[in-house]
Amino acid sequence: MTKTMYIIAFIMLSMSFVKSKKNTKLALKKAWKSFENILPQFLAILIIIGVALAILTPAQISKLLGNESGWIGVIIAALLGSVTLIPGFVAFPLAAALLGSGAGYMQIAAFISTLMMVGIVTIPLEISYFGKKAAVARNATAFIFSIFVAIVMGVLM
Amino acid sequence: MAKLKSIIKRYRVFILLLVANIFIVIINPDLGKKSLQISWKNTIEMLAIIPPIFILLGLLDVWVKKDTMVKYMGEKSGIIGVLLAFLLGSAAAGPLYGAFPVASVLLKKGSRLSNVMIMIGAWSTTKIPLLLFEASSMGLKFTLIRFILNLFGIGIIAYTTEKVLSNDEKSLIYNKALARDI
Repeated sequence: MTKTMYIIAFIMLSMSFVKSKKNTKLALKKAWKSFENILPQFLAILIIIGVALAILTPAQISKLLGNESGWIGVIIAALLGSVTLIPGFVAFPLAAALLGSGAGYMQIAAFISTLMMVGIVTIPLEISYFGKKAAVARNATAFIFSIFVAIVMGVLM
Repeated sequence: MAKLKSIIKRYRVFILLLVANIFIVIINPDLGKKSLQISWKNTIEMLAIIPPIFILLGLLDVWVKKDTMVKYMGEKSGIIGVLLAFLLGSAAAGPLYGAFPVASVLLKKGSRLSNVMIMIGAWSTTKIPLLLFEASSMGLKFTLIRFILNLFGIGIIAYTTEKVLSNDEKSLIYNKALARDI
């Protein structure tokens, strides 16, 4: 997928360059500027993820999220998912491993859903783009929705 | 000198965290090193994903005219706007916070707020490469149930977020996007 993105970006950039050198230069300038804009928060987030993942081992997580952990397990899973930021290609194998080592579907669904939709660590960044109310509303609704997803998974899986 | 000062000010949280992490390395070398390793690995991974997103973003900002964006994703864009927003988010790569600068450009060009929220929702949870990954590690049933629920969830979250905002708060968000360089 990343490769595809590079190819698309390269094609678009070439087309833009053929059409107007000046605009292309401006576009690259803007690209750099917007990257540099989020760089401070971005680097801070990366450090927070590093420390969090170093402290929480998969064994600890699966103890917290076992099948018999019930509702409390679901809530813990949802909260864990909200505060952690793991890339999906790490999260899914982790989730599958957790299921294998005894975690329940409900708990795992809550974890995965909040992991992807709710971002507590990134909320300051989100607020800087959308303001407090919108950022809180989006994250809160996404949290409630994730609990709903967990319940449905608990029934259907 | 003033420039250095402003850089330090902007990066102060990061610098503090880095110092804290180095402190952890001193008192608990295993934990500290492990966390630095994870941070470093993630940094490299993100740096590989990010350049095309921002290049496309820059091109979008320069080439797509405001009228075009308003027509396809603005207040009156209807189902086309919703679909475009959903596809845009799903086709993306990278973490959710990569979606915020994209959202900013869409808003700046006059896209409807709920459509921007749909893009963010799709970006967060229905990215196509991730779906394939999810299916291979969690199974097709789990993935399909979550995908179908998400289709509704993304809409519910987007419209709820739009609903709770007053018109003043909405125009504040648009002004923020306009004030940003991109």
